[in-house]
Amino acid sequence: MSSVFFMLTMGLYFVSTVCYLAYLLRRAETLSKVSLGITAVGFATHTVALVARMTDTAQAQLPTFHEALSFFSWMLILVFLAVEFRRQLHVLGSFIVPLALVSLVTAAAFRSDEASSLQPVFKTLWVHVTLSMLGTVGFAVAFVAGVMYLIQDGLLKSKRFNVLYAKLPALDYLDHLNQQSIVMGFPLLTLGIISGAFSAEIVRGTYVSWNPEQTWAMVTWGFYFAVLVGRLTIGWRAKRAAYLTIIGFAGVILTLIGVVMKSHGSVS
Amino acid sequence: MHVIVVGLSHKTAPVEIREKLAVPESRLREALSRLCSYPGVREGLLLSTCNRVEVYAVVEELEAGYGRVQEFLADTHLSLSSEHLTPHLYWHAGDRAIGHLFRVASSLDSMIVGESQILGQIKDAFEVALTHKASGLLLNKIVKKAISVAKRVRTETKIAETAVSVSYAAVELAKKIFSNLTEKTVLLIGAGEMAKLAARHLIANGVRQVRITTRNFQHGLELAQRFNGTAVPFEDYKTELAGADIVLVSTGASHYLVTAEDVQRAMRQRMSRPMFLIDISVPRNIDPAVRPIDDAFLFDIDDLHMRVEQNREDRLREAAKAEQMVVEEVAVLGQWLQSLEVTPTIVALRSRTEELKRREVDKILARLAHLSSEDRGAVEALASAIVNKMVHGTMVTLKAEAKSSSGAAYVDAARRFFNLEETPAGYPPGQVDLSELPDENIAGNAVGRLPEASLVQHTSKEQGRRVS
Repeated sequence: MSSVFFMLTMGLYFVSTVCYLAYLLRRAETLSKVSLGITAVGFATHTVALVARMTDTAQAQLPTFHEALSFFSWMLILVFLAVEFRRQLHVLGSFIVPLALVSLVTAAAFRSDEASSLQPVFKTLWVHVTLSMLGTVGFAVAFVAGVMYLIQDGLLKSKRFNVLYAKLPALDYLDHLNQQSIVMGFPLLTLGIISGAFSAEIVRGTYVSWNPEQTWAMVTWGFYFAVLVGRLTIGWRAKRAAYLTIIGFAGVILTLIGVVMKSHGSVS
Repeated sequence: MHVIVVGLSHKTAPVEIREKLAVPESRLREALSRLCSYPGVREGLLLSTCNRVEVYAVVEELEAGYGRVQEFLADTHLSLSSEHLTPHLYWHAGDRAIGHLFRVASSLDSMIVGESQILGQIKDAFEVALTHKASGLLLNKIVKKAISVAKRVRTETKIAETAVSVSYAAVELAKKIFSNLTEKTVLLIGAGEMAKLAARHLIANGVRQVRITTRNFQHGLELAQRFNGTAVPFEDYKTELAGADIVLVSTGASHYLVTAEDVQRAMRQRMSRPMFLIDISVPRNIDPAVRPIDDAFLFDIDDLHMRVEQNREDRLREAAKAEQMVVEEVAVLGQWLQSLEVTPTIVALRSRTEELKRREVDKILARLAHLSSEDRGAVEALASAIVNKMVHGTMVTLKAEAKSSSGAAYVDAARRFFNLEETPAGYPPGQVDLSELPDENIAGNAVGRLPEASLVQHTSKEQGRRVS
C-alpha cells in the first residue's frame, strides 16, 4: 500500500513543482493557491505513505536511505506549510517544493522492500537518522532562504524590479529565516552526530573511526558551528550568511553521498 | 431628456485654458444657479479640479443642451469665447456621459491613473449640487452609482496599490529591504521637499526614530520638532551614518557628501546590517561608488523615477480590468434609466391590471358554474369596466405629464403604486437591479422635490461628438 501512496505523492509534488515554478513567472496570484492545494494533498498522501511504510515492515527494518530521504522531504513540506500558514509566503513554495520533489525522487531510487533482522543497534540508528535528517531540514531551509536572499539582493542591486522582485519578501526577513533555520538545525545535527557515535560504539566498539564520510560530517558540523558563532558575534549576516549556508548545504549533500557510497542501501 | 457631459481635461486642454475655466469653491453656488437658469437645463453638476472642468447636466434637447452648457462654460471667464473653447471640449450623452463619469470617478481618466483624490472631489461637487438643489432624481442616482463604482474598482483591482510618486517609491523599496520599519532609524541629511515627503511617508509606515541634520541647525531643530525626531549637528552626519538604517539625502551641495569610504566604515560598524540610501539630490550627494558595497543599497532620483514608471504601467494593466467594470455598471444603470420612460410604463401597467382582472374573474367564475354564458360575459365586462376606470386617470396623467419636467417622478410613482418594479417593459425579469434604487431618491422626488425631477427619454448609445 505504501508504494501506491508514495508514487501518488511523487506525482502530486511534481505537479505542484510545475505550478510553483510557473507561479514565479506569472503576475497572477491564483496559481499559488492551486499549488498550495496540490502540495497539501501531496503532504497528506505522503504522511499515509510514511506511516504505511513503517507498519508494513514493522520494526524489522533498517533505516535505509530511502526512509531517510522520504522523511526529509516530508519534513521540508511540513516546514513550508507552517511558514506559509503563518506568513503567507507563497514564493517559498517555488523553492522548497522542488527540493522536496528531488529528494523524494532520489528516495524512490533507493527503495527496497527487503526486511532485515532487528538488532538492538538499530534503535539507536533510528534516533541517529531521524535527528540528523531534522538537522538537515534546518540547513535545507537555510539554504533556500540563502538562495532567495541572493536573488532579491541581486535584483535590488541591479534595479530589476520584475515579477520575482515583487514576490520575494524583504531581505531582512530572509536573513531572519536563514538564522532561525540554522539555530534550529544545528543542535539537532549535533545530537544526530552524538547518537551516531553511540551507534558506532555498539557496532564497532569505537565512537569515532574517522572514515571519510565521518570526517566529512565533522567538517560540515564545524563549518555550521563557525557560521552560527560568526553570525552571533561578528556579524556574519546578510549576503555573507547566505553564501555560507549555500556552501554548507553543499557539504551536507556531499556527506550524504558519501554515506550512500559507503554502504549502498543502509545508513551507518 | 438627456444626460450629457461637456468639459475639458488635462488630456484635451493646456493648463492656461483649464485655469481660466476652473471655478473656485466660493463661486460654485452662483455658477450652478446660472447653469440651471438656462432654458432646457433640468439638472446640473459642476466638477472643477486642477485637471478638469466638467459640467454634467440633464437637458431637454440634446443639441440645444450642448450649446447651452458650452455657452455657460464660455461665460465663466471674460477672455474666453465659445470658439476659443471648442477645440478643447468633449461632449458625451447618455451611456457615454455616464460611462465618462464612472471612469473619472474611478480615476481611469486621471493624469495619474489610480490616484484617489478625484473621488473626494466628485463627492464634494455632488454635495454642493445637492445643497443648491441643482442635482435631482437622475444626477443623484448617477453620481451615487459613480461613487460606488469607484469604490468597487478600488477594492477589486490593484489600480491603487503601487507607489506612483517618487517619495512613496522610497517607502516601497524600504519595505523590500526591511520587513518591519518600526524598529528602523531614518537619517535625514538636508531637507529638500521630496526628502521631507519621503520621511513623512516612512513615519506613516511605522518608522519611529528620525534623526535630522541640516546646515542650518535652527532649521534642523524646527524639522525635528515636526517629525518628532532629533536634530544633530551637520558636522556629525558621517558618524551618524552607522546608526541609520535608512539614509535620505537631499541637499543643495554640489559635491558628494557621502563617499564610498564613509559607507564602508559605517557598514563595518553595523556588522553588515543592511542600509538603504536614497539620494534625491541633483547634483547627486552620494557617491555612486557606494553601489557595489555589500548590504548597502543606494537608489538615486532616476532609480526612483524608473520604479514609478513601472508602477504606472502596472496600473494601466489594472485599468483595463476597471474599464470592463465600468461597462458593466453603465449597462445596469442604463436599464434603470430605461424604466423611467413613459411608454413601457403604460404597457406594463396595462398588462399588470389585465393579469389581475383575469385572475379574479377566473376565480369567481369557477365558483359560479351555474351561470349562463351571457351572465359570464356580464361579469367579465363588469370587471373590465372597473379596472379600466381605475387606471384611466393614471394613464392619462402619465401621457399628459410625459413632456413635463416632473414626468420622471410620475413614472417613478406609478411604478411604485402599481408595483411594476420587478418587470420593466421590454426587459425579462431579473435583468434589472432595482434594489439599487436609493429610497431617499424616490421618496424625495415623489413628494418633496417634484419640480426638480425630470422625465428622461434616455438616449442610449448616443455617440458623443468630439472635436479636437
